[in-house]
Amino acid sequence: METQTNSRLAELYPMMRRIRTFEERVGELFVRGQSAGSMLHLSIGEEAAAVGVGAAMRDGDTFTTHHRGHGVFLARGADPRLMMAEIAGKETGYCSGKGGSMHIADMKLGHLGANAIVGGGIPSVVGAGLAARHKRSDSVSVAFFGDGATGQGVLYESMNMAALWRLPVLFVCINNQYGMGTRIDNATADPDLYKRAIPFGLKGAAVDGSDVEAVAEIAGEMIGDARAGKPGFLVVDCYRFYGHARMDKSPYRDDAEESEGRLRDPVIKARETLISRGEIDGSSLDEMDQNIAAEMDATIDFAADAREPQLDSIFDDVYDPSTPPPESVRGRLARILGQSQ
Amino acid sequence: MGKTTYRDALRQALSDSMTTDPNVVLIGEEVGRYGGAYGVTKSLIDEFGPERVIDTPISEPSIVGAAVGAAMSGLRPVAELMYVDFIGMTMDQLANQAAKIRYMFGGQIGVPMILRTQGGTGRSAGAQHSQSLEAYVMHTPGLRLAMPATVSDAYHLLRQSLAQPDPVVFIEHKALYATSGELDDQTPVAPWGKAHVPRQGDDLVIVTYSRQLHYAILAADKLAKDGIEATIIDLRTLNPLDIDTIRTHVERCGHAMVVSEGVMTAGVAAELAARISEECFDFLENPVIRIAGEDIPISVSPLLETNSVPTPELIADAARMMRS
Repeated sequence: METQTNSRLAELYPMMRRIRTFEERVGELFVRGQSAGSMLHLSIGEEAAAVGVGAAMRDGDTFTTHHRGHGVFLARGADPRLMMAEIAGKETGYCSGKGGSMHIADMKLGHLGANAIVGGGIPSVVGAGLAARHKRSDSVSVAFFGDGATGQGVLYESMNMAALWRLPVLFVCINNQYGMGTRIDNATADPDLYKRAIPFGLKGAAVDGSDVEAVAEIAGEMIGDARAGKPGFLVVDCYRFYGHARMDKSPYRDDAEESEGRLRDPVIKARETLISRGEIDGSSLDEMDQNIAAEMDATIDFAADAREPQLDSIFDDVYDPSTPPPESVRGRLARILGQSQ
Repeated sequence: MGKTTYRDALRQALSDSMTTDPNVVLIGEEVGRYGGAYGVTKSLIDEFGPERVIDTPISEPSIVGAAVGAAMSGLRPVAELMYVDFIGMTMDQLANQAAKIRYMFGGQIGVPMILRTQGGTGRSAGAQHSQSLEAYVMHTPGLRLAMPATVSDAYHLLRQSLAQPDPVVFIEHKALYATSGELDDQTPVAPWGKAHVPRQGDDLVIVTYSRQLHYAILAADKLAKDGIEATIIDLRTLNPLDIDTIRTHVERCGHAMVVSEGVMTAGVAAELAARISEECFDFLENPVIRIAGEDIPISVSPLLETNSVPTPELIADAARMMRS
């Protein structure tokens, strides 16, 4: 059977599947006891936000993410093996094992950093936008954050600055309905979050986060606007399929809600659409999914086999390497008490 | 260059750095048209334009956060925090972002930004505009901390800070802006990270920084009349901390006092005293004495304000008690 593989959806589907499968493997890494800790926040159900917006960005654009940012980083070109190694706390990982899931970054791909402080990475894009303007570059900087960050003042400060200075910035709120265990309607007086754009004169929009084509389309428009000095605020509505972090069994929400929320599955929806449009048949998609599964399976072994950090590296990179590292407690003891420990 | 003021020396350092390096930008409340709450950035907007001297809304966390992002994107931002008392507003961006980015990201990138601010007593500015909060900064690995006491260092320490690869918190003293002195803009008293010893005596060492340097000098002048000769160490930077210079002089004199305007408990003076006690224990003839701010808020009343922090008289009295 002939298949047509050049539609937008056909291009976007594989990355959504890669993110889904990667995060399932992150869960396995944890179950196998090979993750560094349990502070692992999965974006399963939110893949269209990462892939739709990520596809609308260009090389040279920069971004910050929140603690639930694996998907965005993959969508912007991350190597899943180096990500998994970082999540396992290995020297081979993106941040030499010092950052982990919540602080992953890669300057080469424009990832200015995942952030474990809710809203903490948002003002960085204002600075990146100022730098782009200063250097007459046409790069855009995108802040990805969750609905929980709409409770943080720093978001509104940064939205105001971006609008005031007409910076090449896009704010992307991935509204998965939950800030940890608190549903958005318990955390805000008006859950129509896109309206937050209005008082600042930003272009605001909300889009169905189960529809990656729709996300890519609106993100493309808004990033184009941002590049022209018209910053925006995009809300991608989706549902967090699993708990806040790996240890969270979501006791604060009922099964009926979860079942209904998981019906809004951007990966399944894309797959069914591809089949119903006759773009790719089911067996070709199965084969693609199996190849992705093999790729992601390999990340677990890669991470498990990766080098541990050297203990000596513990004092590295507190300050620039041209300056002396902090003195260790043992070093100081030896010096003061005159005994080698 | 001749005689100038602490305020004008700071402005000259900013102007010279901006002339030399097109990536230096100023960002903060009132830094542009107003010229800075204490006049440090006066007229720089005319010289360098509003794209390099950026007036902001009253949004301290995002001012510092924008500086972080700008520093990661190739600029060398100098953010201004109008009063160090507002540092709590910015602490996430300062302590969780600026200070940790190099380490968390495995050394991929540094954050070469300056946070210029000012603190201290002397203007009846009250409890929320008179504090000395350098301990908050010194307690955070990853942040450098510079505190100029003199006209020369207002210029040179700021120029040196602008050459650092890591974030520097640069705390001026509000009571020093109008002080004047000679500035040789070619010759700093010491390189970055090294203390300066403006006075050398054999009887005790006074370790201090910022405005208390001047109080220590006044006290030392009085003490000299009583036959007590003090060595005075102006630390200039608290991170890096020049423990070598401190050790050299304390080992020589055997008596050490640390003087800081910040409150005493768990403060900079406590840290300095602990270091000296550990490093120089065999040479000390007294406990290391801390002369620091009282453990109280600062009052508006000039009488109460003055007596909330060390005075030259208190420093001199303490030295006499140590040497009696």
